[in-house]
Amino acid sequence: MLDSKIPEGSLENKWRNYQIKAQLINPANKKKLNIIVVGSGLAGAGAAATLAELGYDVKCFCYQDSARRAHSVAAQGGINAAKNYQHDGDSVWRMFHDTLKGGDFRSREANVYRLAELSAPLIDHYVQQGVPFAREYGGVLVNRSFGGVQVQRTFYARGQTGQQLLLAAYSQLYKMKRAKKVEMFPRHELLDLVVIEGRAKGIIVRDLITGKLKRFAADAVVLATGGYSRVFRLSTLAIGCNGSAIWKAHKRGAYFAAPSFTQIHPTALPQTSEAQSKLTLMSESLRNDGRIWVPKKKGDDRKANTIPEGERDYYLERRYPSFGNLAPRDIASRAAKERIDAGYGVGRLKNAVYLDFKHAIERFGMETIKDRYGNLFKMYKKITGVDAYNEPMQISPAAHFSMGGLWVDYELMTTIPGLYAIGECNFSDHGANRLGANSLLQASIDGYFVLPNTINNYLAHALKEDHPTTEHPEFERVENEVKEHINKLLSVQGNKTVDHFHRELGKVMWQECAMSRNAEGLEKAIAQIKGIINAFWNEVNVTGGHKEMNTELEKALRLADFLEMGLLMCTDALEREESCGAHFREEFQTSEGEALRNDDTYSYVSAWEYNGGSFNLHKEDLTFENVQPTVRSYK
Amino acid sequence: MKVIFKIWRQENAASKGNFESYEVDGLTKDMSFLEALDHLNELLVSINKRVIAYEYDCREGICGQCGVFINGRAHGPHDHMTTCQLHMRSFEDGDTIVVEPWRASAFPIIKDLVVDRSALDNIIEKGGYISAKTGTAPEANAILVGKELADKAMDAAACIGCGACVATCKNSSASLFTAAKINHLNSLPQGKQEASKRVLEMTRQMELEGFGSCTFTGACEVECPEGISILNIAEMNARRTKAKWLG
Repeated sequence: MLDSKIPEGSLENKWRNYQIKAQLINPANKKKLNIIVVGSGLAGAGAAATLAELGYDVKCFCYQDSARRAHSVAAQGGINAAKNYQHDGDSVWRMFHDTLKGGDFRSREANVYRLAELSAPLIDHYVQQGVPFAREYGGVLVNRSFGGVQVQRTFYARGQTGQQLLLAAYSQLYKMKRAKKVEMFPRHELLDLVVIEGRAKGIIVRDLITGKLKRFAADAVVLATGGYSRVFRLSTLAIGCNGSAIWKAHKRGAYFAAPSFTQIHPTALPQTSEAQSKLTLMSESLRNDGRIWVPKKKGDDRKANTIPEGERDYYLERRYPSFGNLAPRDIASRAAKERIDAGYGVGRLKNAVYLDFKHAIERFGMETIKDRYGNLFKMYKKITGVDAYNEPMQISPAAHFSMGGLWVDYELMTTIPGLYAIGECNFSDHGANRLGANSLLQASIDGYFVLPNTINNYLAHALKEDHPTTEHPEFERVENEVKEHINKLLSVQGNKTVDHFHRELGKVMWQECAMSRNAEGLEKAIAQIKGIINAFWNEVNVTGGHKEMNTELEKALRLADFLEMGLLMCTDALEREESCGAHFREEFQTSEGEALRNDDTYSYVSAWEYNGGSFNLHKEDLTFENVQPTVRSYK
Repeated sequence: MKVIFKIWRQENAASKGNFESYEVDGLTKDMSFLEALDHLNELLVSINKRVIAYEYDCREGICGQCGVFINGRAHGPHDHMTTCQLHMRSFEDGDTIVVEPWRASAFPIIKDLVVDRSALDNIIEKGGYISAKTGTAPEANAILVGKELADKAMDAAACIGCGACVATCKNSSASLFTAAKINHLNSLPQGKQEASKRVLEMTRQMELEGFGSCTFTGACEVECPEGISILNIAEMNARRTKAKWLG
């Protein structure tokens, strides 16, 4: 039975009540406790720095060469907070409601409310850390709009908000490293989790420079390893982003929640060739001023600027007049797919739609648009060679965020006691679709504010237990399993590259488990992925050895996990016979092509237990005491 | 499209490296430079050879992990661009493209094109932060920051920490990197309390790490992907002098 540990009391008082009742640990005892944090993005760095400030001994691991490169760095548009600085009717309640509705009522009320409640102090926190948020001439903070919302609550630092927040978190991490409370392990990748007597007690990592396997023991393990959308291969994520840490944890007993809830972002740069490795994101903030359209005529080959107004279909404004170009991401992506599939796509491969700033430039002037989005236009030009001030951008949907992740309770603990999952790698606040500018928010809130307040509850017991050491036979056993796994990969010595199999997996996942899904396709995908797994383990060639820096081996290890994860994602998508948020089952739609939710049967979070080669489903029922789930309309 | 890559190969920090040439066919102008290297690596795997080690992560110019010398220039032929943003349309069919790692004594080579840039983290550790514990912040709008000042701080804060400034500098100076962080924090009201300590300790660490001095050639600002101005170095020096003499 899954216990989400939602505290007593009214929605507004739950977090306060939790804090009043939570156990405390005195400062002298905190320094006797060790915590491992895997990942150094906003969630990981925020948690590691804050836990260290509280007095714990922290070890922080990341696969990059520096903590400053974690993929939070790439978030562009902003971070939401219910400050109501714009005097436009915003409040914690409204933000809670927008987020719950944006997630299509597939998340927990209590978690979402806490997210909204803690958003305002988070902005205070980042300003104090020196984040140069955009300001008015008078010196106060500026806000802009994001999708799925009718107020302006997004704070930003040009189009580099994620970078600025991450650098703030990274600087605090290094502040605590200097204080000798955090030990940093860059270029180290988690390869397995060590569970002793049912509790998470350590990890096995690979030193990516020497290839050496190393053991680390701790009183608690925190995973902050980000999203898994590289399962689609082509995505907006960094190439190194992977799902291995959470997948290993899953195989050691942590339940995996809503794995099929993955978000396809509507505004990325379109794919141009098979060799492409990455789909660059163009911030959602562009939809504040940019208008999305396709020609009204199928296969119209004229240059965008020569197509007269009357022959343009501003399809988001047409279909969703009240939200227009700021419809939420799942809806905007599906609408783009619908037009592209119907033959109205533009660009060389007819796989894109236009994002046009002509009207905004006419209305606000070139300087204002440059001030708001200058670096994004520059980036667009660097990559495509096109000047978007003079002609519309071409954009296309791309795999982006994973709402799904390890199941966690209100304390952010997984089903393995002592193992926590924070930030994108958990399933906590976004339901079936995440609103723009809520990702930086959730990662930060989890890391800075929630986990440091909840982990004590567990560690208070750990104090009384023996502290784990790496001498325990379980470490030996798990390390040997890791060695075997690596040797098995290296010994296949087939004739195909790792990337070949990743492309194969990506094609299947994009075709059958992305923007729209159906039972037949998902069943086919499961069979196809099984075939790819089989081929991978018989035909892959990983050159070089394991006792050296070997980027090919790193890729192979990550792909081996993605392949299995793909199976679970399709299994989950198949099981959920309704459409909600980003999960759109073709069999379940309204006559107008909108998602048809089924609250009677599917108002639960799926939580999958690993069972050898198969998965067992557990359900956490969602109850709504404060908001009545309604049909999500943005019309 | 066909090119000849002449690439620095070096097994590890201790070994001696050398250039190796690879003729690569089947490229397209649309490919990014790193995708062309990916393609080369797949070819190497297909003939059972070890792949070339090179760095990247976000592949959209913001994480700062990528960075190699291409035909004698940091991040390739264009100003203000990262290696991952470079595309093959910048080269001609049949070109020879020479690829080397960052060369600086403070950036020892790890393998092939991968170098160790932890010296930059060490500089940050000595004060590239504001000492504010989680939970201690005042209301965000309580301290006003004018738009010009916020913009100026943001210009400096934009540094992605790629190390191109060091690699391109004839003295291997990290002055632009260090100045950017100091000016970002010292110009904001939140950073004022530790301003003197920050500038003195960070510049001291920069010297300890083995980076050279700045002689104002201006090479760094040309290669900086974020276009961070060399005026930042002059400002840092002024701040340092002031801190030394006036505290």
